[in-house]
Amino acid sequence: MSVVVYIEINDGIIKKGSLEAASFAAKLAQEKGSKAVAVVIGKGGDASVLGKYGIADALHYNLEETQINSLTVAQILQSEAQNLGATDAVFSGSWIAKAAAASLAVHAQMGIVTEVTELPKNGTILKKAFSNKAFVKVELQNSKNCYVISANSFGLHENPVNTNVQEKTSNASSGLSHVSYNKDTSKVSLTDAELVVSAGRGLKAPENWHLVEELAKVLGAGTACSKPVSDAGWRPHHEHVGQTGISISPNLYIAIGISGAIQHLAGVSSSKNIVAINSDPEAPFFKAADYGIVGDAFDVLPKLTEALRKAKG
Amino acid sequence: MKILVCISSVPDTTTKISFVNDNKEFNSSGVQFIINPYDEFGLTKALKIKEQLGGTVTVIHVGPASNEPIIRKALAIGADSAVRIDGEAVDGLMVAHEIANYVKNNSFDLIFTGRESIDYNGGIVPHALSAILNIPAISPCVGLEISGNEAHLETFVDGGKEKLKTALPVIVGSQKGLVEESDLIIPNMRGIMLSRTKPLEVLAVQNNINNQKVAKYELPPDKKACKMIDAGNVEELVSLLQNEAKVI
Ligand SMILES: Cc1cc2nc3c(=O)[nH]c(=O)nc-3n(C[C@H](O)[C@H](O)[C@H](O)COP(=O)(O)OP(=O)(O)OC[C@H]3O[C@@H](n4cnc5c(N)ncnc54)[C@H](O)[C@@H]3O)c2cc1C
Ligand SMILES: Nc1ncnc2c1ncn2[C@@H]1O[C@H](COP(=O)(O)O)[C@@H](O)[C@H]1O
Repeated sequence: MSVVVYIEINDGIIKKGSLEAASFAAKLAQEKGSKAVAVVIGKGGDASVLGKYGIADALHYNLEETQINSLTVAQILQSEAQNLGATDAVFSGSWIAKAAAASLAVHAQMGIVTEVTELPKNGTILKKAFSNKAFVKVELQNSKNCYVISANSFGLHENPVNTNVQEKTSNASSGLSHVSYNKDTSKVSLTDAELVVSAGRGLKAPENWHLVEELAKVLGAGTACSKPVSDAGWRPHHEHVGQTGISISPNLYIAIGISGAIQHLAGVSSSKNIVAINSDPEAPFFKAADYGIVGDAFDVLPKLTEALRKAKG
Repeated sequence: MKILVCISSVPDTTTKISFVNDNKEFNSSGVQFIINPYDEFGLTKALKIKEQLGGTVTVIHVGPASNEPIIRKALAIGADSAVRIDGEAVDGLMVAHEIANYVKNNSFDLIFTGRESIDYNGGIVPHALSAILNIPAISPCVGLEISGNEAHLETFVDGGKEKLKTALPVIVGSQKGLVEESDLIIPNMRGIMLSRTKPLEVLAVQNNINNQKVAKYELPPDKKACKMIDAGNVEELVSLLQNEAKVI
């Protein structure tokens, strides 16, 4: 009996969403009186940091990045879940983790619940629904389940133990072959970012984005944008947040010159703190925000960046 | 090229979500249902591929007869035929098993789904289909080229994108990028007239899978009033973020 958790590691760095999944798995195992085992897949590094979040056992598959895809990861998890007699499997909400969860649920005949925000309680579990516009409590119908966690909703829970890391090898292969990458790793990943600075059409033109980037830089924040901004090619598509873009829930979301349309809010409303900066006092975003400034972005942004720079020393 | 496009029916994106029956049921009264926006990108790509390489485009939907308007819309946009599996779509695994069952009896070269449905945001169906059928799935997919028997696909990885290739058949979890929004087709009168005469086959549900039952819906707690800060006093915002919100 065990709780298996899938951990993504890259150049020795474990993704934040994976640490959250580890926290969830360790607590779940503790409640069930069973054992949490991490299946760590990816190049390099130090899986023992999982000990900080209560994981005592880790299996590390040191795969090259080009070998990692939804199918190879699914194969490894499936065989480990079987070896370990997994009753529960925990996944972050990353695309590859979701894929592995779906595949494991099919092969091991487990149930699957996505967008999970809390530990299961008496056979029920809370999850998000309707693109963050609601929650739903579901009754689990299966004794074995895969849980896919909604990013930043469960949080990191420290519970230090020593981790025993075992190195493993795999000959997992798939019909998918890697061709090439096109990456820009200089930026903070949006779903992992604790702080996000986002701007909309109120910024008027792409050449004004340096104001947004400077603010983000001082904060160490990720950058995002509204849909019309990415549609117009002012910003790359992967920065588009909302119901039809990425859904995020950082600790701080600063929305600049974004009106606050329902589709935009759907992707960001579960952020822990929201600041809206808008020249229109009637902008709907102020109804969804914790802090608001009515003002011209071109005037407020440089001042705010400067004030933050001073405050951060 | 035989192409299948999976479409789900979701509340229009402007819908104000509410519940009835002691919060056990979604309040669908007055709600307009649409083809899941991600699925429309798949449907459009499917039609483009058909235009290029020839073939047929079939749409499939698991749902009750009351959902037929979205199927007719897909036919009006240009799909050749449609299949409806007559039952409530209780969850992604159930849907995947039903669709897989249809695929096993009618092989396809390409299967499009959306990357996720905007009501439950599971993103489960393409990968569950992949596992059941033993066909690779790429989701989200932001680029697809077919050359001969090979598919070249593009997906997201940390920090950017990855290009992959595989032999057909393949399952594609669609989103913008596969085609652009400006490529989406708005049905014209001719399309709407034609859609009424196109075949829509109704099949019975084959599996009896139900891995979760709704106990209760909840709306997120109301936001407390927004604290307004004077534009001339950004230092106050900084101090609130440091000392009250404690996020920086
Ligand atoms: C099916 C569908 C799906 C959608 N999905 C998404 C989605 O996922 N994400 C998304 O973002 N949108 C989505 N939308 C679009 C959404 O409805 C809005 O149109 C969009 O969010 C508006 O973007 P915006 O706020 O940047 O622009 P606008 O609505 O034009 O707002 C600009 C704002 O900037 C303010 N402003 C102007 N000048 C200044 C200044 N100098 N300083 C400060 N403020 C200024 C204005 O007061 C205004 O509030 C979707 C729409 C549909 C139909
Ligand atoms: N009831 C359904 N009938 C047909 N296809 C569906 C149905 N539900 C989901 N799908 C497909 O699966 C994709 C992902 O859905 P989901 O796993 O629910 O997020 C959708 O974009 C559709 O393409």
